[in-house]
Amino acid sequence: MTEVSNEERRGWMGVLARAGAAGIEARLEKAAPLPPHTRLRGPEIGLAMLRGRAGGDGAPFNLGEMTVTRCAVRLEDGRVGHAYLAGRDLRGAELAAVLDAALQDPARRPALMEAVVAPLAAAQAAARAETARKAAATRVRFLTMANMR
Amino acid sequence: MSGLLPGFADPVLDAQSAFRAVLEAMSRPGRVQRLQRPPSPPAPLCPAAGAVLLALVDAGTPLFLDAGADALEWVRFHAGCPVVGDAAEADFVLAAGVPPRLAALRAGTDEDPQASATLILQVEALEEGAGWRLTGPGIEHEHRLRVVGAPEGFVAEWAANAARFPRGVDVILCAGDAVAALPRSITIREG
Repeated sequence: MTEVSNEERRGWMGVLARAGAAGIEARLEKAAPLPPHTRLRGPEIGLAMLRGRAGGDGAPFNLGEMTVTRCAVRLEDGRVGHAYLAGRDLRGAELAAVLDAALQDPARRPALMEAVVAPLAAAQAAARAETARKAAATRVRFLTMANMR
Repeated sequence: MSGLLPGFADPVLDAQSAFRAVLEAMSRPGRVQRLQRPPSPPAPLCPAAGAVLLALVDAGTPLFLDAGADALEWVRFHAGCPVVGDAAEADFVLAAGVPPRLAALRAGTDEDPQASATLILQVEALEEGAGWRLTGPGIEHEHRLRVVGAPEGFVAEWAANAARFPRGVDVILCAGDAVAALPRSITIREG
């Protein structure tokens, strides 16, 4: 079952992990119904330790813990889907895991990518651009300091 | 590859009840315990062996198993344990076929007898009231256990294992949804 590249899968897993249950469900209404699945693990909530490095190359230290929800499901054809996402969104984790499994099936992938993943990715990119635009408006240029150098 | 199978239906309560069954089996050697809600592990693992693995094995206990790739993937996914290729390095050894010799497994030391291996041995059936005569701590007079499909020469190997007490290997016998245990302090005589 290696008919999908890691980069592609990483892309849709990231989009689904950031989308949340409400976002995914809204897109699923227009898509074909999801295949039946059995839960292998979870969905369950736990903590993951975040490690940081001062300056990006210093000694690693524990920054703090974050809440993570994870889920693993299995479709009837044996494909296994995983989801790890930040927060406590149990329904979102299960939906993301089922979609991850379904997207590995070349027969289902184009329709699901078009109906679910592409709109979610576009919405997330728009939200990120909007935040960046607002932040850019408050940017201060220290012209005096730049001129003195 | 048939894909992963689910583990315990209720990971917390089912693992606790499996742990309780193993505890009962260890404290009353040779008594057969039935597991209430064992998982359905991939072949050739039996439900009892799967339940014992998921209840006892974790990231701190290296496991050796001879049950094939599906079983290996299943245990690693659900228990998250390291898998070793040499039975002599493992804390838990699962034998679905011919088990490694007891003398080849970790036996602990006189100072740390608990650093020994536990052998989870799959057999065909466990029946009380006939067969081996077990005596030792946890048994008032004598307990009889018939093990269908026990490996050849097991009783002789067991005598050698019990002779190095406090060092030695403990064995958990699994068949279907039944579990019985043979702690190293038990003496086996053929009936």
